[in-house]
Amino acid sequence: MGHHEHELIRLSAAALAEKLGSGEVSSVEATKAHLDRIAAVDGEVHAFLHTAPEASLATAAAIDARRAAGEELHPLAGVPIAIKDVIVTNDMPTTSGSKILEGWVPPYDATVMVKLRAAGLIPIGKTNMDEFAMGSSTEHSAYGPTHNPWDLERIPGGSGGGSAAAVASFEAPLALGSDTGGSIRQPAHVTGTVGVKPTYGGVSRYGAIALASSLDQIGPVSRTVLDSAMLHDVIAGHDPFDSTSLTDAWPSMAEAVRRADVKGLKIGVIQQLDGEGFQTGVLERFREALDVLAAAGAEIVDVSLPSLEYAIAAYYLIMPAEASSNLAKFDSVRFGLRVNPPGGGTVEDVMSATREAGFGAEAKRRIILGTYALSAGYYDAYYGSAQKVRTLVQRDFAAAFEQADVLVSPTAPTTAFKLGQNTGDPMAMYLNDIATIPANLAGIPGISLPVGLAREDGLPVGIQFLAPAREDARLYNVGGALEALLEQAWGHTLISLAPDLAPGEMAAAQEGAV
Amino acid sequence: MSEITQEQVAHLANLARIALTPQEIESLTSELGSIVDNVAKVSEVATPDVPATSHPIPLQNVYRDDEPGVTLTSEQALAGAPDHDGSRFRVTAILGEEQ
Amino acid sequence: MAKAKLMDFDKALELFEPVLGFEVHVELNTRTKMFSTAPNYFGGEPNTNITPVDLGLPGSLPVVNGQAVRYSISLGLALGCSIAPSSRFARKNYFYPDLAKNYQISQYDEPIAFEGSVDVELADGRTFTVPIERAHMEEDAGKLTHVGGATGRIQGAEYSLVDYNRAGVPLVEIVTKPIFGAGADAPELAKAYVATIRDIVVALGISDARMERGNLRCDANVSLRPYGQEKLGTRTETKNVNSLRSVERAVRYEIQRQAQILADGGTIIQETRHWHEDTGATSAGRPKSDADDYRYFPEPDLLPVVPSAELIEELRAALPEPPAARRRRLKQEWGFTDLEFQDVQNAGLLVEVSETVAAGASPQAARKWWSGEISRLANARGAEAASLVSPSDVAALVSLIDSGALNDRLARQVLEGVIDGEGSPQKVVDARGLAVVSDDGALIAAIDEALAAQPDVLAKIKDGKVQAAGAVIGAVMKAMKGQADAARVRELVIERAAE
Repeated sequence: MGHHEHELIRLSAAALAEKLGSGEVSSVEATKAHLDRIAAVDGEVHAFLHTAPEASLATAAAIDARRAAGEELHPLAGVPIAIKDVIVTNDMPTTSGSKILEGWVPPYDATVMVKLRAAGLIPIGKTNMDEFAMGSSTEHSAYGPTHNPWDLERIPGGSGGGSAAAVASFEAPLALGSDTGGSIRQPAHVTGTVGVKPTYGGVSRYGAIALASSLDQIGPVSRTVLDSAMLHDVIAGHDPFDSTSLTDAWPSMAEAVRRADVKGLKIGVIQQLDGEGFQTGVLERFREALDVLAAAGAEIVDVSLPSLEYAIAAYYLIMPAEASSNLAKFDSVRFGLRVNPPGGGTVEDVMSATREAGFGAEAKRRIILGTYALSAGYYDAYYGSAQKVRTLVQRDFAAAFEQADVLVSPTAPTTAFKLGQNTGDPMAMYLNDIATIPANLAGIPGISLPVGLAREDGLPVGIQFLAPAREDARLYNVGGALEALLEQAWGHTLISLAPDLAPGEMAAAQEGAV
Repeated sequence: MSEITQEQVAHLANLARIALTPQEIESLTSELGSIVDNVAKVSEVATPDVPATSHPIPLQNVYRDDEPGVTLTSEQALAGAPDHDGSRFRVTAILGEEQ
Repeated sequence: MAKAKLMDFDKALELFEPVLGFEVHVELNTRTKMFSTAPNYFGGEPNTNITPVDLGLPGSLPVVNGQAVRYSISLGLALGCSIAPSSRFARKNYFYPDLAKNYQISQYDEPIAFEGSVDVELADGRTFTVPIERAHMEEDAGKLTHVGGATGRIQGAEYSLVDYNRAGVPLVEIVTKPIFGAGADAPELAKAYVATIRDIVVALGISDARMERGNLRCDANVSLRPYGQEKLGTRTETKNVNSLRSVERAVRYEIQRQAQILADGGTIIQETRHWHEDTGATSAGRPKSDADDYRYFPEPDLLPVVPSAELIEELRAALPEPPAARRRRLKQEWGFTDLEFQDVQNAGLLVEVSETVAAGASPQAARKWWSGEISRLANARGAEAASLVSPSDVAALVSLIDSGALNDRLARQVLEGVIDGEGSPQKVVDARGLAVVSDDGALIAAIDEALAAQPDVLAKIKDGKVQAAGAVIGAVMKAMKGQADAARVRELVIERAAE
């Protein structure tokens, strides 16, 4: 990798877009730089399940040609992007991290892919994830875990660990994620990156392989708040193929970042998420960030979400219940794996053998739990009650938003834990999502952005802001403002502190070798 | 403590069409028990006066026009199939009857 | 299959009171499917009328067809039901290879229509009111073909093939409450009820309602209980009854079968049973058991259906006349005898005759052609009469006869031409040169020739034996190759003979 490439991959999407627009850099150069980076570091990081070097370079060349012909292109045209493997792509395999879909190439594109391609972004590959987005560590991928670029022994978060690790390790400036209980925000927190879960219905779910239909939402993953905002502007909007898609006209999120100002903004600190159960270093950075915001003119108030302790319980009933039904389609008939039991068998036997072999332990656990929650005699006590808790959580948020414009908490209780540390205890893993789950239950938008490194382990810490439904722009306002204030105070970006994963690369570059 | 039994897990696995091994049934029984102990608390606050929320953003009457759109070709439909006869998906003999 | 012992029907009715219940599935004839934009058409090449939604592909999502909702509301109203101010879809979860997602999107505790009733007319004119519990929207499944084994049935097949063209076709399922008091009329009531549902959906124009094509499917529930007992007996659900006649026979059969078992001290197993048209018997199917746990829950991908009062009133105002009232009105307007009307009705030609009359034909002429020649040709060709020719073409044909341009014999030839796709009746007349010869000069020449050839006949006619003219008329018609108006020929024969 040349010196030029080394710099290209460290540019934000917005900065790269400017160089593409001015003609200083071509999309082919930018795409090749990222493909080279993937070749250099992904052996260690394992953020990608599939890359498309030829197709992405061809797409990039086409964009360059259109730009050269004087065509007016989208500002992000020519910028490479990584796609979480939960999103169906008609030119790349789509597995959702599961063996049961190994090698499946869908005959259609997700709506977000149609929008990305129309804007001229360059899909360079598919990123790793917990199987069917079930997990907080990417350890439940059927294709092996992704490693945290800050410490390869640690988890990159989940389920979208691949997308977060890809942007954190400069393999792509942008990525798409999906967030059912924190799968965009929690990986952002542990990898020192930015991730946004939009308002439910803000981005079409058509083509996102469903985990829990009433909780899932696709969103942007990036290294800067502005980059997420620009990507958000590309993927948001009504889609007639998704009944739950909102018809709202959305303001520009990128504009919200550019005009970011927290003066007079009322920020509500969620009392239940500011103390017990949270790592000291996480809380230190969190409170520091609040001080910075207060100093910039924000008003910090306390708010309470009294139903929060029930939220995680409700989530772990609703999510598996919907998942148990959504994952029934994986039956060996129309697509994916088929396993014939020894000696053959009826179609029932073949389905059961296929699902036994094709699903990992966590998928089976949640399918069985969800089947239980919906089964006769238990529905009212479990699923029915969980839907009522959902109402209570929404009421809590409604009351909190009476007192504050946005709410704030640490994104997760701890920094990145070691690979393998929590896999033996499902419930401990589940409790990791305490801060992120409520937004999914209520359908409200949330952002996580980095606020520093924890003193005790030197690992990234994220802060989460939540806004009322449809007020995603508020997140970009407060996120953009805080990011600018912190970087001003530090004198650098947080991601610039991430260890260089390919030190040989620098040396080689200095010697002029490739 | 939860009352989940191995028989129950085996029944759930049958409903969910997963041929769990005896070891899996055993470990899932204890794991499910512990999870259910943690999540059963939802019924404490789910009083009759609280309405259920099934969709996070309340919408209604979302319809499309009765206009045909693009269809898949049978080649596209069958491309990912484990087995087919050129136009239809093939499965082994079916034990149970239609529902 | 061993044939079950059957009790004599009258004896069965002496001992037990039959209680009926029906689940009728109606396929709606919308242009597209219930939840996808695929054409609602399932003939043709397998697996071509499908989108990712119908194939249950990962990532795909359903969107409700608004027209199917309006059709369902209209049907609910026609069944005298209340329309739910808010109803919603639910997932019915079970694994089966014809069910692409392994759940069916249906409605569960909140159906779109509930609590109605339908007046059903029996052959002798009595009316029976069937109580309706609910009507709900759902999607059809794909089609399985069982291959190998002797019967082509599921048992013994080596493998099965799946075509998802039918998957997602919009259905309304109409569920009755238990129907009491039918007694010995139970089999006839069963047939009449399904016929009434068929007439209603045809009148609404919301379904093709062809039972033989599966547009209308009936599951018949039958149970027996001793007279005076309040508790319902164990019921069976007979499926696969795909003609009106089968519905009647299947109910009769189940009454006789169950009565024999009960009289022998046996118990009825709650199960689905399959009707076999060939043997006229039902066979045991899947037992209903506690293992059926469909884990219904509200479909998270779809939103509640909340029809406005304005929409409901608009659809109510547009409801067609109820079929029974319409039949009474038409019979009177057309002046048909009971027998004539029943002929038309039983042949399923009410709509065709009605449209032919609307297009200008006299009711008797319309009836004559539809019940006569068209039905004969349909029989011969193994087709539906209605599919052969349009009412407007029949009316045009009748008009050509009325104007004297065609006689019956020529008209039959013209009809065949129309059916064979040669165009409108006038076009066929022109192309085949089938018009009646109306040039008296040509006729007179032929008549004079015939009279000259048969002097004895001429003498008889002169003697006033007018019936003898038949022989001359025959000869003239032959000479004119049938293209003459026989009545006019007769007039002219008598005229010429007198000269």
